[in-house]
Amino acid sequence: MKLNWFKYAAPQSFFVLSGKLIKPLMLIAAALFVLGFYVGYIKAPTDFQQGDAYRIIYLHVPAAWMSMVMYVAMAGWAGLGWAFNTRLSSMMASAIAPTGAMFTFLALWTGALWGKPTWGTWWVWDARLTSELILLFLYIGFMALHAAIDEPRRADKAAALLALVGVVNVPVIYFSVQWWNTLHQGSSISMTSAPTMVKIMLIGMLIMTFAFWAYAFAAVFMRVRCIILEREKNTEWVKTYWEQQ
Amino acid sequence: MNSWSDFIAMGGYGLYVWGSLGMVLVCVVAELIGLQLRNNSLKNKKR
Repeated sequence: MKLNWFKYAAPQSFFVLSGKLIKPLMLIAAALFVLGFYVGYIKAPTDFQQGDAYRIIYLHVPAAWMSMVMYVAMAGWAGLGWAFNTRLSSMMASAIAPTGAMFTFLALWTGALWGKPTWGTWWVWDARLTSELILLFLYIGFMALHAAIDEPRRADKAAALLALVGVVNVPVIYFSVQWWNTLHQGSSISMTSAPTMVKIMLIGMLIMTFAFWAYAFAAVFMRVRCIILEREKNTEWVKTYWEQQ
Repeated sequence: MNSWSDFIAMGGYGLYVWGSLGMVLVCVVAELIGLQLRNNSLKNKKR
């Protein structure tokens, strides 16, 4: 069997495919969230230093990871759309931005609620927090710039430039705790060494991360389907689609 | 954890722990409602 990957580069095919994936993804996200909640909030023991305040980690770290991963994905799609003039790539970038911004906001919000009881302050202008705030502004800038230009293809290109320039911020966020002396703690997990966490806490965090991943895919697919219908509204297949509804 | 009220109290950190979980749920629900409304308005425009 020959699999034609380029088939799904066409908005029409991807519209059908993504439509089928939304429901299973949402169910997976909900199930994993409930499981992650059980492991993280009920099963896992209280931390001996931070008490129960540490449980914010089950939302904070996955949200922060998602904020960075989604930014790279957004910039990647935007760049592909710019380089190869593929309509769907740019639509994917636009679909990722709001959900990415939401996770960035959640990383900052949960961080503030964690900082208050453990550091004694909601906010501090250290490198980790500041670069994450810049990430939020990059997302907002991407969306605002795209919305400000009427012609969609021109908007795609301008926003792609902003997204690609902003990518430098992602490694800055990631390595900020090593490069600078930050109030924010270093990573509990890294690619090169064993995690410095109790196993059950790590498992809870990873389950929540997968829940966020599944949710992010579902939300992005829902949004990209709206964008496809909006931007392809003059094509025959969209007209036929509406007639069949 | 022994009781329901202990669980809610989160060792005195309830406001912070539930405040972060609550905001995650609020954002997710708001996003899903927003997406549904966007889809509905597309549908209405077309009919």
